[in-house]
Amino acid sequence: MTSPFEYAPAPESRSVVDIAPSYGLFIDGEFTEAADGKVFKTVSPSSEEVLSEVAQASSEDVDRAVKAARKAFEKWSVLPGAERAKYLFRIARIIQERSRELAVLETLDNGKPIKETRDADLPLVAAHFFYYAGWADKLDHAGYGANPRPLGVAGQVIPWNFPLLMLAWKIAPALATGNTVVLKPAETTPLSALFFADICRQAGLPKGVVNILPGYGDAGAALTAHPDVNKVAFTGSTAVGKAIARQVAGTDKKVTLELGGKGANIVFDDAPIDQAVEGIVTGIFFNQGQVCCAGSRLLVQESVQDEVLDALKRRLSTLRLGDPLDKNTDIGAINSAEQLARITALAETGEAEGAERWSAPCELPSSGYWFAPTLFTNVTQAHTVARDEIFGPVLSVLTFRTPEEAVAKANNTQYGLSAGIWTEKGSRILAVADRLRAGVIWANTFNKFDPTSPFGGYKESGYGREGGRHGLEAYLDV
Amino acid sequence: MSDRLSVFKTYKLYVGGKFPRSESGRVYEVSDSKNKWLANAPLSSRKDARDAVVAARKAQGGWAGRTAYLRGQILYRVAEMLEGRKDQFVREVAEAEGLSKSKAAVVVDAAIDRWVWYAGWTDKVAQIVGGGNPVAGPFFNLSSPEPTGVVTVVAPQKSSFLGLVSVIAPVIATGNTAVVIASEDSPLPALSLGEVLATSDLPGGVVNILSGRTAEIAPSLAAHQDVNAIDLAGVEDDVLAKELEVAAADNLKRVVRPQPVDWSADPGTHRLTAFLETKTVWHPTGSLGASGSAY
Repeated sequence: MTSPFEYAPAPESRSVVDIAPSYGLFIDGEFTEAADGKVFKTVSPSSEEVLSEVAQASSEDVDRAVKAARKAFEKWSVLPGAERAKYLFRIARIIQERSRELAVLETLDNGKPIKETRDADLPLVAAHFFYYAGWADKLDHAGYGANPRPLGVAGQVIPWNFPLLMLAWKIAPALATGNTVVLKPAETTPLSALFFADICRQAGLPKGVVNILPGYGDAGAALTAHPDVNKVAFTGSTAVGKAIARQVAGTDKKVTLELGGKGANIVFDDAPIDQAVEGIVTGIFFNQGQVCCAGSRLLVQESVQDEVLDALKRRLSTLRLGDPLDKNTDIGAINSAEQLARITALAETGEAEGAERWSAPCELPSSGYWFAPTLFTNVTQAHTVARDEIFGPVLSVLTFRTPEEAVAKANNTQYGLSAGIWTEKGSRILAVADRLRAGVIWANTFNKFDPTSPFGGYKESGYGREGGRHGLEAYLDV
Repeated sequence: MSDRLSVFKTYKLYVGGKFPRSESGRVYEVSDSKNKWLANAPLSSRKDARDAVVAARKAQGGWAGRTAYLRGQILYRVAEMLEGRKDQFVREVAEAEGLSKSKAAVVVDAAIDRWVWYAGWTDKVAQIVGGGNPVAGPFFNLSSPEPTGVVTVVAPQKSSFLGLVSVIAPVIATGNTAVVIASEDSPLPALSLGEVLATSDLPGGVVNILSGRTAEIAPSLAAHQDVNAIDLAGVEDDVLAKELEVAAADNLKRVVRPQPVDWSADPGTHRLTAFLETKTVWHPTGSLGASGSAY
């Protein structure tokens, strides 16, 4: 039977983006080959098509880039804040002008739906540069005392789930505060950062202020270990975050870490069910669940469990999975074969441990990396799928009877990044939010981001905050 | 010259609001700056440290849950008690740090004033580091500071009282609880501070004070999975400081590294904010006046 919700294909054109067959490293304002000449391929996760060949940074290249950033720091750090602001405003404007091109590029390289790159990632990227541009000449008023100083060279390592947005979160505050940066994008998603290098060129940004080094984990480790890096900023897994924390021990490096999460999305019996279901879907299936603050543990009050699950399954059956460039697509491709294997293995563990698996009935394309929206019921707190971050479209459903039990279960994790609360009762929202150990709490909404709003975790979800006035602290000597 | 024999004091730990001896039954000799014996202080074991963490964890929720106003009142009460026992601390600080009575009195006054300063911070810090965020959308969005949890504090070695107060007060002012390792060679002012805290309405377990060997106790606290942060102020050995920071990475404890500090200078807010997390809560605001009409 054909669904009454079938949509005609509505593909976004690829012609708006011109991907070169190869790219270099961006060091001191120039594209350059890697010192050892190594390259790697970046593929489109939805088709496995090779998009481009990219230079692979080694420790030698890291050294070169840090030197360039150090040299650029001399002038950049003493530039009047108002002038630095204008560069950032220029960058923000160029991002807006080129946002369609960047959205298509990001969708090709990452696999996420164009709907999300176009309507979430790119507007936020531009907004971050606008927001921090305005801080550059107002740092005396930021609450860190008069004349706060930049730290120096920032070594930044970002993940593949929001390649350009994570770049913006890192680079915008670093430049606004007078630091220079060496940024390593993830090996599966280097292209938008390299396009950003071109935006820096168009904006006339002085050479060496921003350096981009595509590469693997070894390049990231060389960057965070480099003795002439003053500030380390990392977004990624908790395991790597701990390794970085050990690596910088005993040094003067300032560090911020944005790590994993296992967010609890708590649905009380008086919640508006339709909105809650939309919130649950946003919470775990946005960006294929490859979100550190995803609401990956649904805690639903026992009395409305059946109602919520029925509505949720009904809703999931209408999600459209497929070509990320199609404007009607809700669920795109998993970012890499490796990540797909990890999600698959964790889901199998869930089944093996006795949780009940349900996947949305959808046809998976024959090429590319795909995983159907999936949920597990009969999950206990001891189950792997309730404890480990899966970083994919997999939701674990647990139940509770009292608000106390909900809080206890929500807090029963090594992580403390995000949580959701769904209830019509205001006092309950405030009481529960007060007791949740998480850095970001969405009440009757989920996965909202804004450059003015600090983001970051408690416990093993890392330290420091990004965004807002709080985000400045990470890049200032205070 | 009186021939009255003075009464020595048995110094004990301060853990969970009680004054235990070290469970190990060990003590070590504490001398003044001229090597004259002053007292036998408890030589804490790793078990004492773990017991202190249990007490600090038990007290944390209740302490954080008190109103900021009440925490301020209690901290001020500590200053009141200190003022009344000033002579004792002047003597202990003079002996510990080899200062004249008048110089020790200046240090003790500064420590009491510092405690008063932090007492005033309890209900202001949220307004300084928190607030509403003007997000681009119909949302109420509020950031508030919250305590990190249980904090291990390695107190400064040289500044046995002013330094000590300067590292404890900011930790508890914001709702954290503390496990403090006193100055190794000069622990007596810290152990006496425990007696003051016990009579200042401060709930038991909010501050726990251990004396002993930093190198013996600190590693187990740095590695402890139920400790959320560590202030390495008094770790003078770079190798040990690095080891402690590496151990702290295991559960991503917040770390304040050792650095040169002039304890008599304005402390600023760094130590106050170092043990805070920022929680941001979002909620839709709806749009009662969506059409621009008054409501």
